[in-house]
Amino acid sequence: MSIGLEHYLILSAILFSIGLYGVLTRRNAIIILISIELMLNAVNIAMVAFSRYIVPLLLTGQVFAIFIIVVAAAETAVGLAIIIAIYRNRDTIDATQIDLMKW
Amino acid sequence: MGLEIAFWILAVIATASALAVVLLRNVFRAALALVLCLLAVAGLYVTLSADFLAAVQILIYVGGISVLIILAIMLTRDVQQGSPSNKLRIPALIVAILFLGAVGYATTNTLWQISGAPPVAPTTAGLAGKLFGDGGFILPVEISAVLLLAVILGAIVLVREK
Repeated sequence: MSIGLEHYLILSAILFSIGLYGVLTRRNAIIILISIELMLNAVNIAMVAFSRYIVPLLLTGQVFAIFIIVVAAAETAVGLAIIIAIYRNRDTIDATQIDLMKW
Repeated sequence: MGLEIAFWILAVIATASALAVVLLRNVFRAALALVLCLLAVAGLYVTLSADFLAAVQILIYVGGISVLIILAIMLTRDVQQGSPSNKLRIPALIVAILFLGAVGYATTNTLWQISGAPPVAPTTAGLAGKLFGDGGFILPVEISAVLLLAVILGAIVLVREK
């Protein structure tokens, strides 16, 4: 059985679900950020697979993937800066204890 | 045939290392598992004949973002305490499995219009034409330059000692 578009899409969905589970369950803020990176990578796989199998001559999906990588790098840099600032102020990065704005 | 073997090996590596990221209690080992997962995704790009994206993935993710994450882990010293899960374990598992089921059902039941054309062999020139050429994505490129400048300034302001 040859590898087709569905294989890549199912793999992408599996990676996205694993990232979703990590975002919802982990308490360490850095692990939550890492799980978001996993989800973004899953979306990138789907984009490149669509580009390869539906419109192989246009490369539009790969351009989208490049922009997703740019925004993901920006998000990681600012997210880690925020986490370090929180750690300086409160001495913890446990997401269940950072509840100043929770009611 | 070789492409299929490569796909299955890379898919198993990516899934296993992603599970390790989510399930390991040691934060540092989770970050190393993330590096392995990103490398496997770069290999998957190669199997999709996206050579430029594979290089970009290794340069930015494996070279840059993972170093940033490991640096932040070292700065916050929560490695020993680990990463316990919160009370949402069962609901989160249900949500993730429901999402996977919905996407899998939609994927397998859609009639995709697969194009039989062979992929562009070196994608670099084509991508450059798309990004900078006429009717391309030149405006998003300029906007992402502004975004990167804002990110650099924001990160410096956030972590600067007062």
